Amino acid sequence: MMLSIKNIHANIDGKEILKGINLDIKAGEVHAIMGPNGSGKSTLASVLAGREEYEVTEGTVTFLDQNLLDLSIEDRARAGLFLAFQYPVEIPGVSTTNFIKAAVNEKRKYQGKEPLDALAFLKIMKEKMALVEIDQSLLSRSINEGFSGGEKKRNEIFQMAMLEPKLAILDETDSGLDIDALRIVANGINQLRNQNRAILLITHYQRLLDYIQPDFVHVLYNGRIVKSGSKALALELEEKGYDFITEETDL
Amino acid sequence: MNEDLDMLEQSALNDYKYGFVTNIDTDTIPKGLNEGVIELISKKKNEPEWMLAWRLKAYAYWLKLVEPTWANIKHPPINYQDIIYYAAPKQKEQLNSLEEVDPELLRTFEKLGISLNEQKRLTGVAVDVVMDSVSIATSFKEQLSEIGVIFCSISEAIQKHPELVKKYLGSVVPMTDNYFAALNSAVFTDGSFCYIPKGVRCPMELSTYFRINAENSGQFERTLIIAEEESYVSYLEGCTAPMRDENQLHAAVVELVAMKKAEIKYSTVQNWYPGDKEGNGGIYNFVTKRGICLEDYAKISWTQVETGSAITWKYPSVILKGDHTIGEFYSVAFTNHHQQADTGTKMIHLGKNTRSRIVSKGISAGQSQNSYRGLVRAAKGAINARNYSQCDSLLLGDKCGAHTFPYIEVKNKTAIVEHEATTSKIGEDQLFYCRQRGIDAEAAVALIVNGFAKEVMNQLPMEFAIEAQKLLAISMEGSVG
Repeated sequence: MMLSIKNIHANIDGKEILKGINLDIKAGEVHAIMGPNGSGKSTLASVLAGREEYEVTEGTVTFLDQNLLDLSIEDRARAGLFLAFQYPVEIPGVSTTNFIKAAVNEKRKYQGKEPLDALAFLKIMKEKMALVEIDQSLLSRSINEGFSGGEKKRNEIFQMAMLEPKLAILDETDSGLDIDALRIVANGINQLRNQNRAILLITHYQRLLDYIQPDFVHVLYNGRIVKSGSKALALELEEKGYDFITEETDL
Repeated sequence: MNEDLDMLEQSALNDYKYGFVTNIDTDTIPKGLNEGVIELISKKKNEPEWMLAWRLKAYAYWLKLVEPTWANIKHPPINYQDIIYYAAPKQKEQLNSLEEVDPELLRTFEKLGISLNEQKRLTGVAVDVVMDSVSIATSFKEQLSEIGVIFCSISEAIQKHPELVKKYLGSVVPMTDNYFAALNSAVFTDGSFCYIPKGVRCPMELSTYFRINAENSGQFERTLIIAEEESYVSYLEGCTAPMRDENQLHAAVVELVAMKKAEIKYSTVQNWYPGDKEGNGGIYNFVTKRGICLEDYAKISWTQVETGSAITWKYPSVILKGDHTIGEFYSVAFTNHHQQADTGTKMIHLGKNTRSRIVSKGISAGQSQNSYRGLVRAAKGAINARNYSQCDSLLLGDKCGAHTFPYIEVKNKTAIVEHEATTSKIGEDQLFYCRQRGIDAEAAVALIVNGFAKEVMNQLPMEFAIEAQKLLAISMEGSVG
């Protein structure tokens, strides 16, 4: 098992958001987590990545045989957990290339490898740029500064390609994308799908799943996974709306 | 409170690499300041009569002044009678070559990363090194003199080029300019002198390395750079001092004169001992730096990276006297722990079509206070003067302060003055984003700060930009947990 979440409860500012999440993900699988606004989707992503505003009050998370909750944010990342941000952050004056180079080399250091020299790094970068159709000029700009919504999301997937994570959590990567951008991003993600990598898609809408076929779909509501199923569940949700599940649960 | 911010507030010990003391016999005079002391300094330096008269005049003027209090800094009163005004490492009177320099001194500068051994130098940088009150050595002097460039200590210039010194010393910063300039004029001991003749583009960077070593002493540096018509020079100064519990005073005066179409680029990497994390000790860096674009189309550019000193009080300025002249000021000031910086610039537009540009980046951490103070003045005759100022402040943690004091005086309608200011904090979001990519908090802060300062760092000569970036990273150690 790559990731095993057992009975996770988490608070922010004393308010309980996650109320007992259980989820197992194996290498090679793509899981989609769907749910209405405020159900706890992004909180789950933040808790897994280690965001410190969230307090885990109960439960365990095992990631590649390690206790994930014991690891620092950066060690989780270096161990292979990647979060594609819903709102990627701007860092003025830091070029995208330098940022990614720093990240790649931190990961290599963690793995006991030598840092990549400029030439080797550039070569890898060129290969991966094609995946998300990202332009070289974008990479010399300050990271995310003045990027359009589509550019930011493509840049996230580009970083995923560069960092080659074991587990990629994509937090509403489809939000704010027009149909062309969505296709490009989804296409990039599909190319990064492989037997050794797991992907956790967090999305509000079914439309992303038209492009990326999940193996499993889970519905998160009020801090719990209330229903799990196949791709068909997503289609059912689209047809009937979240109400059919929330009403069922609230009863 | 978020943990990242807690970490930012924790101020661990800041390792100051340059805090060692060189054990060398020092020729010092007793503490205190009076006419006799000034006569003694002048005598020790074997100065001509006119120089002593000039000093005494400055001293008499200084006695009438009171220390200024307008800067946004706090410190206990300075006892000017408790300072040693002359301290010199003992060595042979006349050095014929670098081989004759005391090996202990050579080792000191090796340790500071300044190789005086010319053969070993990779890049073409000529260095003048000043320890306490005297210049120890100047490299590449002969090579430079072949093309007419004079690069030597100010003491040597007083002896060998009195006509130039007489003409320009005090011409940009008069002895009556301010309290510390008057004091410096009375007691200055050493510094650099550069003269670039007409039409010469100085083929190497000129640099001066200032080191304070002796206890209880003050350093009164005096530097004068003259660039004749259509000449160019890039000059850089660096500075360090041992860690001591006492505060030591460094009161310098730097004057730049640029003639027609001449360009002077002056860069500073200031790393005086900043004091310990409780705020004990450290250098008081009270400096008057000013350049004048005396004739048309001259350009003066100041770049400073200020990371050291307990207190920094300096405003490298440009008087844009000639028409079509250009003044620039690029500054990064980083303060940590209890450091205080009140720094900025003055751009005085007198000539027509003059332009100035100010880019100031202040970074505060710990309990430090960081102020930008700047004046842009467009005189009546400064037709079509243009200024653009940008002052950005970055706060690390919430116990430090950033302040901006821009003064604008415009006396004619054709002048355009633009000022932009921003204040930001390193956001939790930025830190989390970096850390999620595997970059730890300390490296993330360094990355963010370097990004913030990049526009200024880019102005430094290549060799020093990397050094300055490292220095910034070292200074930041301890500003993150």
